Amino acid sequence: MSTTEREWSVARGARALLDAESSATARGSIEAEWDGLDLGTAYAIQDEVLQRRVQRGEVLTGVKLGLTSRAKQRQMGVDAPSVAWLTDAMVLPAGDPVPRSRLIHPRAEPEIAFVMRDRLAGPGVTATSAMAAVDRVHAGVEIIDSRYSGFKFTLADAVADNNSSGVYVTGSVGLRPEDLDLALEACLLEVDGQVVSSATGAAVQGHPAEALAFAANTLAERDAAIEAGWIVLTGGMTDAVPVAPGARVAAHFTHLGSISLSGG
Amino acid sequence: MDADEVTKTADRLLAAYASGSPTHPVIADHPAADLDDAYAIQQAQVEEWTRRGDVIGGHKVGLASRAIQRQMNVDQPDFGHLTRSMFKFEHEPIPASTYLQPRIEPETAFVLGKTLQGPGVTIADAVRAVEFVLPALEIVDSRISDWNISIVDTVADNASSGGVILGSRPVALADVDLRLVGCTLHRNGELVETGAGGAVLGSPLNSLVWLANTVGPHGVALEPGHVILPGSMTKATPMEPGDTVVSTTAGLGTVTAVLGAKEEQAV
Repeated sequence: MSTTEREWSVARGARALLDAESSATARGSIEAEWDGLDLGTAYAIQDEVLQRRVQRGEVLTGVKLGLTSRAKQRQMGVDAPSVAWLTDAMVLPAGDPVPRSRLIHPRAEPEIAFVMRDRLAGPGVTATSAMAAVDRVHAGVEIIDSRYSGFKFTLADAVADNNSSGVYVTGSVGLRPEDLDLALEACLLEVDGQVVSSATGAAVQGHPAEALAFAANTLAERDAAIEAGWIVLTGGMTDAVPVAPGARVAAHFTHLGSISLSGG
Repeated sequence: MDADEVTKTADRLLAAYASGSPTHPVIADHPAADLDDAYAIQQAQVEEWTRRGDVIGGHKVGLASRAIQRQMNVDQPDFGHLTRSMFKFEHEPIPASTYLQPRIEPETAFVLGKTLQGPGVTIADAVRAVEFVLPALEIVDSRISDWNISIVDTVADNASSGGVILGSRPVALADVDLRLVGCTLHRNGELVETGAGGAVLGSPLNSLVWLANTVGPHGVALEPGHVILPGSMTKATPMEPGDTVVSTTAGLGTVTAVLGAKEEQAV
């Protein structure tokens, strides 16, 4: 007899993750129950979750990268980032508090965000050609959330769970990429007014354009491209910090302005 | 600790410099030692160095980020003395035997044009006193085995000072946003750390003011020409013989530290 009541499938995995999200209830690792869950299947679950979002009216608006720092890659035992989807429902309007009631255990991380002017399709995209397709660079803060208890997951779990997507905010300042040295564009992350960490764009895969190129090239393997007008969240610059009730989180960038959030 | 214990502990730390072999923690012998004892031990070593002919060239502030303060279970920074012999040239290999267990940190060095003496020093006073800023790398080192240090140990050990490598292009305070300035640290060509100036006590200028107001009541002034290292913008990174470490700070440029290969010591 199987230890699970039903066999796991892509559809069941997608449903389980969407149920956990809509009820804001954490669940255990899927891979722990699904022996042999591989990365290809994990991406199929991620795509199935996206399809279900689109079916209920959400609009695909971009991609986000995860595991873009060497430290996080080492922690997960991988040597490349992973790519997941963004929809319009994940946008947190500027000034709104973090919707803690519909998130499980939100954490904030500052990011460099790109708004695309041109379609970017791999393979063969380089950091330089990727930057040429960018329209504007914005500051971003991503509120990540995981459908897994205690943020405990395997790589396949995280990929299936859309790289722990939650909601995100982008700053109002949009600059042309050629006007910025993104490797040295810095961010100070503050919680309740005190600096808790700092980093520069170089912490993201060496340069955020490298992350963008990686996303375009890896999406080509999934028969997808980065479309004009899309937003690309290039990956956390610092470690994510928990967003406690009432917490004030602020990210101050060198040239891209500041984003302030309250923990609902 | 009585005067005799202070002298003996200072001598033990001085012997570690001389032998190149680290020693056990101060608190292993003196579990009740407090910060006043620790600064007295530091002062005894500084007096010995100046007796031998070295000259005070400035101060450093340590434990300047919340992360390191939490790690050391303290709620304030500490300070140490920089003597002229600690200043090394960029791009010139520093003999590896100079240090016991070096680590390196990127900083924004303040060079003073006016005296700053606390108490009561404000940010405005500090801005008026800074003649210019230089990019800097600080080599921190510990005379305590395996960096097994408490706050008392590091203060007694001159705030784990080692060396200072200054860049060569001065920048006026008005021309750089020291709080939001970004910095990357590469070791042997590999990116190892990134950070921003505000990681240093919210702003490196806060650190300068803290230092002036902390040493001032003891009759110590920060003097024209002195170099003040306000604290590291990133975590410290270990440095091995033969390593090249480059810090790049937006608006301030790069500074490069080279630690000589081990073989060079035999020559």
